[in-house]
Amino acid sequence: MSNAETIGTLPLKAATGSPRALALAQGARNLLRGIVTHVLPPLLIIGLILIVWQALGSRPGAALPPPSKVVQETWELIVHPFYDRGGNDVGIAWQLLASLKRVAYGYSLAVLVGVSLGVLVGQSTWALRGLDPIFQVLRTVPPLAWLPISLAGFRDGHPSAIFVIFITSIWPIIINTSIGIRNIPEDYRNVAKVIRLNGIEYFSKIMLPAAAPFIFSGLRIGVGLSWLAIIAAEMLIGGVGIGFFIWDAWNSSRISDIILALVYVGLVGFTLDRIVAFIGRKVTRGTAVN
Amino acid sequence: MSYLEISRVDMVFGEGASANQVLKGVDLSVKRGEYISLIGHSGCGKSTVLNIVAGLLKATRGGTILEGREVNAPGPDRAVVFQNHSLLPWLTVYQNVEIAVAKIFRDSKTAAERRDWILHNLDMVNMSHALDRLPSQISGGMKQRVGIARALAMEPKVLMLDEPFGALDALTRAHLQDEVIRIQAELGNTVLMITHDVDEAVLLSDRVVMMTNGPAATIGQILEVDLPRPRNRIELAENKTYNHCRQEILSFLYEKQRKVEPIARASAKPAAKPAAPARPQSQPEVALRA
Repeated sequence: MSNAETIGTLPLKAATGSPRALALAQGARNLLRGIVTHVLPPLLIIGLILIVWQALGSRPGAALPPPSKVVQETWELIVHPFYDRGGNDVGIAWQLLASLKRVAYGYSLAVLVGVSLGVLVGQSTWALRGLDPIFQVLRTVPPLAWLPISLAGFRDGHPSAIFVIFITSIWPIIINTSIGIRNIPEDYRNVAKVIRLNGIEYFSKIMLPAAAPFIFSGLRIGVGLSWLAIIAAEMLIGGVGIGFFIWDAWNSSRISDIILALVYVGLVGFTLDRIVAFIGRKVTRGTAVN
Repeated sequence: MSYLEISRVDMVFGEGASANQVLKGVDLSVKRGEYISLIGHSGCGKSTVLNIVAGLLKATRGGTILEGREVNAPGPDRAVVFQNHSLLPWLTVYQNVEIAVAKIFRDSKTAAERRDWILHNLDMVNMSHALDRLPSQISGGMKQRVGIARALAMEPKVLMLDEPFGALDALTRAHLQDEVIRIQAELGNTVLMITHDVDEAVLLSDRVVMMTNGPAATIGQILEVDLPRPRNRIELAENKTYNHCRQEILSFLYEKQRKVEPIARASAKPAAKPAAPARPQSQPEVALRA
C-alpha cells in the first residue's frame, strides 16, 4: 500500500503525521522502553553495589580496597591493555588472549571428541552401557584434580593446561549430545529409512540438525566450564595467562589488580557464553520450535 | 495377478509371557491404481499393517509382495505420509521435498529436472507460495500438504497415508480430501490409507477394509464402494449407495466390533522377535468377505 492510499483511506492518520513518522516515533518509543526495562535495572543494582562496597572499603582497617582506589591503582592497566615489557610483564589483554588461546585449543578438542563420543553413546546401546558409568564417575572429578596427573603425563605446563580444559568441558558435551541423539523423533528416522539415506547422509542431514539444540546446550555449559578451569589451572602452572596474572598479583599484594582481573574474567566468560548461545540460535533456527 | 499382496501376516510384539499378538492372518490383495482404506478402532493394528507394508516393521510371519517381489525393507517405492506430517523442522518447505528428491533421483534426473520436479509436486498440493517457509511458520494443513508432496515426489508404486488428516480441523480436512481426490484422478496412484473417519473412507476409497478389534486383529469385512468418480461430497450426501456404504461400515464398527475398553492394556513394545509363541485365541474370527 502506498502512502497516498493510506492517507486517502485514513484521513485521520494523515492529520496526525505521515505513517513513516508514526512508525519512527513508535520505534523510538520501543527502544526507550527496552532501555528502561532491560538496561536500567542492572545499572541500578551495580550502582548500589558500588556504593555499599565504597562505604565498606573506606572504613579504617578495611582489608580490601574500595572501587575508587581500585580504579586509581589499576588505571595504567586499564588504559594500556596491550603493553609488552617482555617476559611476564605484559598488558592484561595479552594475558587474557593467552588464556583464550588455551581455551580455544582445549575446547575445540573437547567439541570434536565430545560430539563424536556423544554420537557413539547416543547411537549404540552397547556403548551406552559400557561408557556411561565411566562418564558419570569421571565427570564429577574437579578440574584441578586432573592437573597433577596431566603434568606427570605431559611433563610441561602448556599441554597440561589444555588437557585440563579438554577434560573439564567434554562431559556436558558428551552427555547432551547423546541425549539429543536419543531424543530424535522416530518419525525422522522413518523418513530417513523411506528415502534410504545412508549412514553418512543420515548423520549429516538428520542426526546433527535434529540433535543440534541439545548439542548446543552442552557446548554452552562446556565453554563456561573450560573458562572456569583455565583460570584455576593457570594459577598453578604459571607462565602466562590471566590466571597466572591473578596469582602473581596476589603474591605481590596488588589486590586492586586482582579485582580488575576478576571483572575482566567475568566479562570474557559472559561473552564466550553469549557467542556460543548466538551460534546455537543461528544453527538451530526452527529446530527448537516445532 | 494383484499389484500389492499382503499375505498371511501375523505380528507378535514381545515374547514369552508378555507376548502380544497384534495381527493374525491379515490377507489382502490390491489392484494397481486402487484406493484402499483401512478402518478400525484405535489400537486394532491398522498402523502396524501399514508399517509392515512400508517395511518399517517386520512381520512375525507372512509378508508383502509388491509387483511380484517381496519387500522387507523401507523404500521410496512405498512412500508414507505420516500422521503428524514429520517434516524436518530445520528445513524449508522446498528443502523438505528436496531431501527426498535429491536422494532418489540423484542419478536419473539432472539438477534442473530435480528442481522442476520439486516445484511441480509442491504446485500440485498448492504450496508454491510458501517454498521458503519453515514448517513452524505454516499451518497444520499446509504441513500435511508438504508431507503429501514429499511422498508424491518419490513416485511411489504405493502411496501410504497414515491417518493423514487425523490431526486437522474438519474444514481443512474436507479441503485436503478434495485435493487428494483430484490428485488421485490425475495420477492414478495405488493408495493404502489408514483412517478412522467413516465418511473419509467412503468418499475416497474403491474398497474399505474393516479391521476387527485386537488382540490378534484381522480383516473383518471388505466393502466395495461402487461410486463413480470424480466424487463430490455435496452430491454424495443424498446418494443411496454412499449412505448404504456408510451404514455398512458404521454397523461393522459399532455393532459387530463394538469397542470395549479393556481395564488393563497389555503393553505393546515395537520390538518384535520372530517365532514367539502366540497367545491362545480368545476371540472368534469373523472372516467375512463382502
